[in-house]
Amino acid sequence: MNILLWLIFIPLSTVAVLIFCKDRRQYRVTSAFGMGLQLLFSAYLVFRYTEERNAGNAEPMAFMYSYRWFDAFNISFMTGIDAISLSLVVLTSIVAFTGILVSWRMEKLPKEFFISLITLAMGVFGFFITIDLFTMFLFYELAVIPMYLLIGIWGSGRKEYSAMKLTLMLMGASALLLVGILGLYVYSSPDVNILSFSIYDIASADIPLEAQRFFFPLVFVGFGVLGALFPLHTWSPDGHSSAPTAVSMLHAGVLMKMGGYGCLRVAMFLLPEAAKEMAWFFIILTTISIVYGAFGAIVQKDLKYINAYSSVSHCGLVLFAMLMMNQTAVNGSVLQMISHGLMTALFFALIGMIYERTHTRDIRFMGGLMKIMPFLGVCYMIAGFASLGLPGLSGFVAEMNVFVGAFMHTDKFHRTATIIAVASIVITAVYILRVVGTLLLGPLRDGHEFETGDARWYERWANILLIASIAAIGIAPLWLSDALIRSIQPIIQKLQ
Amino acid sequence: MTLDQFLIMRHELLIIIAAVLIVIVELMNSDEHKERVIPFAVMVFLAVTVAGFLPIDTGILFGGMYRTDEITIMMKNALNIGVFIIFLQSAAWLKKHKGTFRSYGAFYFIMLASLTGMQYLISSGDFLMFFIGTELATIPIAALVAMEKARERSGEAGVKLILSAALSSGITLFGISLLYGSSGSIFFSDIARSFAADDLQILALLFVFAGIAFKISIVPFHLWTADVYEGAPVSVTSYLSVISKGAAVFILVFLLYKVFYTVPGIWMNVLYAVSVLTMTIGNLFAIRQQNLKRFLAFSSIAQAGFVLLGIICGTQLGFASVVYFLLIYVFSQLGAFGVVAAISNASGKENIDDYNGLYRTNPKMSLVMMLSLFSLAGIPPVAGFFAKFFLFIAAAREGYYILLLIAVANVTVSLYYYLLVVKAMFINESDDPIAKIENDFYTKAGLAVCTAGILAIGFFGTLFDYINSISYGVK
Repeated sequence: MNILLWLIFIPLSTVAVLIFCKDRRQYRVTSAFGMGLQLLFSAYLVFRYTEERNAGNAEPMAFMYSYRWFDAFNISFMTGIDAISLSLVVLTSIVAFTGILVSWRMEKLPKEFFISLITLAMGVFGFFITIDLFTMFLFYELAVIPMYLLIGIWGSGRKEYSAMKLTLMLMGASALLLVGILGLYVYSSPDVNILSFSIYDIASADIPLEAQRFFFPLVFVGFGVLGALFPLHTWSPDGHSSAPTAVSMLHAGVLMKMGGYGCLRVAMFLLPEAAKEMAWFFIILTTISIVYGAFGAIVQKDLKYINAYSSVSHCGLVLFAMLMMNQTAVNGSVLQMISHGLMTALFFALIGMIYERTHTRDIRFMGGLMKIMPFLGVCYMIAGFASLGLPGLSGFVAEMNVFVGAFMHTDKFHRTATIIAVASIVITAVYILRVVGTLLLGPLRDGHEFETGDARWYERWANILLIASIAAIGIAPLWLSDALIRSIQPIIQKLQ
Repeated sequence: MTLDQFLIMRHELLIIIAAVLIVIVELMNSDEHKERVIPFAVMVFLAVTVAGFLPIDTGILFGGMYRTDEITIMMKNALNIGVFIIFLQSAAWLKKHKGTFRSYGAFYFIMLASLTGMQYLISSGDFLMFFIGTELATIPIAALVAMEKARERSGEAGVKLILSAALSSGITLFGISLLYGSSGSIFFSDIARSFAADDLQILALLFVFAGIAFKISIVPFHLWTADVYEGAPVSVTSYLSVISKGAAVFILVFLLYKVFYTVPGIWMNVLYAVSVLTMTIGNLFAIRQQNLKRFLAFSSIAQAGFVLLGIICGTQLGFASVVYFLLIYVFSQLGAFGVVAAISNASGKENIDDYNGLYRTNPKMSLVMMLSLFSLAGIPPVAGFFAKFFLFIAAAREGYYILLLIAVANVTVSLYYYLLVVKAMFINESDDPIAKIENDFYTKAGLAVCTAGILAIGFFGTLFDYINSISYGVK
């Protein structure tokens, strides 16, 4: 069995075992075991990947595997991995594992909850390791659909509205995407008998410019909606704030990265001429995303909404950076995906834990939490600092690369966009520090019976794991970005 | 004619034998024990279905009136599987009406008579057989629709069906007469050869198309559908929406690809327009439905719109994806109808609101319903996803991108109303949920077959490759 298939097989068998489990204890132990195994396995995969590269394997994708599926359409199930997808796989397994940990005390329908959550994670893993558009699309939808049930059943607030809005917007986007990838398929070869969904077959095909102009917006917007592209980001604040903690983590931390990854790997890599031609339009949109998201976060009072808008801003930065189309910026874009994935997962985990103790997410009713839950308070501060780009944490590395890369363009348009985008750092500082100030510091509010008690053991482990990863990237970014640059180069070459 | 040649019609002959056997067994049992015919009918038809898969010759009979080829046999087997599932699902309903139905054998006999009609229809080699098949397929069904005599709506639906069927037959006949008049023959092969595409013949083509469109309930010929589906007993509704529709789609493809292949430009334009209309109108009406039978009726209209996408292509792959879609549609639609039938039998409830909180009381049925609806909506990893994706690939290969954009927009809309049902079952809470239902063996088996089909078919690539290898495009 190909080594990558384990990434699908482990969650799948976890789900299979869960079906036969009897009580909550078994559900959570099984899920944690399965996702823990997945985490260890992806660490092993990193090791194997480095070994492979050091041994001189210079193929764009390592561990390629292909299974012929539908002869008539020339559809194969193909997997392969490079540094970009590998780092996203590791990110996913960290977030999925911590997601299980923070749902340790799930009361309502725990079996169904863990099954849906792991199915969702399986969709994401599958998405990142496939290199043919058919299976990629299959896994994309597989990851979106459990979301509906997860938010609808276990969510809070206007959960039904949010769940429906999120699902319909994402599936609508996937509908556009579908037409786009069918177009890529049709143009993948001049000979109609060997049309192919394989990314590398399509990349070597010569797609006429008119076709690229038609399909690029479909594919880019199709993935971009998942990456919270303005003005199609509206599902994200509602969805994130209504979702249960673990789902918000997975969704903001990982699912939105599928959008960014898809834009890079499919839209830009396969349709480079149109990408160059239309980049200006999407740069404008993403610049708006960045600034608008940050301003949106300032005026929100609900912790989850604050973080959801900040996600819009940060994910806008991901798309913004890749549209700059140079090595530094695209490297920053991928780093930002990973960094944002980790810190937003940490944020949502902490918000969930705080909410469990205070029974409110409204910052106007909270204060001085540092005094009663110091561990969570410190974690929240670290997450906040990572988010506003403090050196030594991952956010700094990513944003530095993004803005340096963006500033390499010397023309007025790119400069202006970059300067506006850079301004978001200041706005980010405003909302982060405001929340930290009122929520953690200051006097303890009276009149609310907060459940005292700091983090429990599983909560501590979840936080420590996430913070350790954030710090690791922040302190030693070079080995990651070196590996990334090798994988980014083929994409950049197509774009120049 | 030797016996070997005669046995080309094995599918039809077996069904007729089965129908007669069922009637004999019913006669041998007294009225008190008439439910004994149910297991017999199920077993006999299982045997017929399995026998359908045995290797069989293809060829022509009666001087060209009757012909079979591999894809036709494939389709006949799909129809058999569908009817077998319906037999399983109707057992509980028949038992419930023990007091009012004088005979169970009648139900089986009439349904098998209609199925014979369907099979002759898709095997027809000239317009005479075509017409006989259509009538044999439709008229018995009107009797079945009106079978719940005590219920007014059932009778009303029967009358509506027979009237609209008579109208559509009239229209088809008029088209056939024009074709005969202009070409001097009723044989498909002769007509195909002499089809000159003058105005008269094109008019004839449109009339024949309209007649079939009634059966498939393509907009604007769909108006009878919702009322009949709602009034008919659920098992009959599922027959109408799966078997009847499937056979009609198949013969439509055959006629267009083998008889009217000289004028693809004309029928492709017509199909383009009605496909957009059918998808859109079916979807928009489905959103507003409360009664699940009406809901599934409109959703099945929308599904017909998607099928047309494959027909428009005029290619081998297009045909193959149409047949593949129909095969998967059998399992998905019958899965949904199976749950509706079980719940309607046990509690009499058929509205979406009544399904609130169903997952708490009947988790297994809710899951089957969800999978079926996801399959209808085209959500991976269930089979419906592959079916729709292949229709779309086939259309994309012919360059119908605008039509595709309309279709995918419709897929999103359809997802909305399918999710409404899922929401009712899983998310909504109810003070008065449907009580826990103990299904009998037949219902369970029926749902199990559907679920297995929905879950498994998509992953077997060889099945599609096989269908593709036996289908054909416009000549």
